[in-house]
Amino acid sequence: MQTGGKAARPLSPHLQIYRPQITSILSILHRITGIALSVGTLMLTWWLLAAAAGPEQFATAHGFITSWFGWLLLFGWSVALFYHLANGIRHLAWDAGWGFELPQVYTTGYAVLAATVILTAIAWIAGLTMGG
Amino acid sequence: MGMQSNLGRVRGMGSAKDGVHHWWMQRLTAVALVPLLLWLVISIIAHAGAGHEAVSAWMGQPVPAILMILLIIAGFYHAQLGVQVVIEDYVHNEGVKFAILIGLKLLTVLLGVASVFAISKLAFGA
Repeated sequence: MQTGGKAARPLSPHLQIYRPQITSILSILHRITGIALSVGTLMLTWWLLAAAAGPEQFATAHGFITSWFGWLLLFGWSVALFYHLANGIRHLAWDAGWGFELPQVYTTGYAVLAATVILTAIAWIAGLTMGG
Repeated sequence: MGMQSNLGRVRGMGSAKDGVHHWWMQRLTAVALVPLLLWLVISIIAHAGAGHEAVSAWMGQPVPAILMILLIIAGFYHAQLGVQVVIEDYVHNEGVKFAILIGLKLLTVLLGVASVFAISKLAFGA
């Protein structure tokens, strides 16, 4: 029974055995967007350091952010931010003991997805209109 | 009631010896980040395409500088707590896990301090 010092105990079913559901998808998306935002914050730090360093360094950072790859990163960052923000508020509601009934879990889940799309759209329309 | 002693129960620190501190700080920084991030998004939109002079002038004002420092501190603290949990869940080698966690903690402090330094430099116009 001993394998490598550990008893060969039965395992619970692995993740791939379950049909993906909105609840599990949103849960893992919260982690993925959290990791993405942690890495994405490097761009904010770089932008601040470049602004503090001087006009030349700022122009380099600005040039990268306004390149097609920079725009792509910024778009991804905005989607991740609005998702993590909306779903984070959903988590805070759970922490307060609200929203644990299954219909509520589904309703708030779809609301988070809708909020992500709407907030991303508003932010980009506003940004592109004002930035010219 | 379980197997805990009375003293252990009133202290409420559990086996990790820091109780609910991690959980609580994650929520506290989350609550702080809700208005701060909305402010950041609005600020980025308002400064879309702005040059060095406009951005420096903006960070030279007290309120934006203070809000940006608060956002950096709350943001890096929150990121560090969140990434820590992900590492603890998925990295199973104790040595590797320990090394990554130390690197994570030191790196987030470094990035946070560097950001606050940059904001301060812009704010004081040095």
